[in-house]
Amino acid sequence: MLHVVNKSPYERDSLDTCMGYYQEGDAVLLIEDGVYGALAGGKAVSKLAGKDVSVLGPDMAARGISEEKLADGVKVVDYAGFVDLTVAKDKVQSWL
Amino acid sequence: MKFTIQVNEGPYQHQASDSAYFFTKAALEKGHEIFRVFFYHDGVNNGTRLTTPPQDDRNVVNRWSELAAQHELDMVVCVAAAQRRGIVDDGEAQRNGKDATNIAPGFRISGLGQLVEGGIQSDRLVVFGD
Repeated sequence: MLHVVNKSPYERDSLDTCMGYYQEGDAVLLIEDGVYGALAGGKAVSKLAGKDVSVLGPDMAARGISEEKLADGVKVVDYAGFVDLTVAKDKVQSWL
Repeated sequence: MKFTIQVNEGPYQHQASDSAYFFTKAALEKGHEIFRVFFYHDGVNNGTRLTTPPQDDRNVVNRWSELAAQHELDMVVCVAAAQRRGIVDDGEAQRNGKDATNIAPGFRISGLGQLVEGGIQSDRLVVFGD
């Protein structure tokens, strides 16, 4: 399953909830304000450890976040990469 | 692969309709099929042709209409959500005694069954909202 999280973990607990359902083989994509969850040094980063996590590049850029500011192991994708992720996983869950 | 896209927010309320638009465009550019785009809740506000955003701002409604014309997209506005928010086509104007319509080109008003069908007929349902 692809989990799509669009809320900052410092605003709502959707990233937390999502991680409770994460299973082996799943992936997480952080979009919109969800990208704040991938900031290195942030409190939320420990939740991402060992998970397959990507961040939507245009939403990062819109918030002034460059790749160097991301936690280790987090991948950056564009909208085409977003589409590829939805194809690669059998279901898409938006944690709204 | 076949996709249905659900949009739950209005263009000036949340980033969801931008995200949905760019996702839909990227999927089409990759050669995927968009079975339907379903506008629900405040998302129905994506479908009024009467908005006039400033010229240096993106035009969310026209952008959808143009994409629909290019790719023959089926863009469906939820009827119950539309009635509440005053999104009207000819049929709705007649049924509810309204003196005008405002549905934008490429959009049509229909029921929630269209969302269910989209979920069944498509390989993936991707939801954008708050």
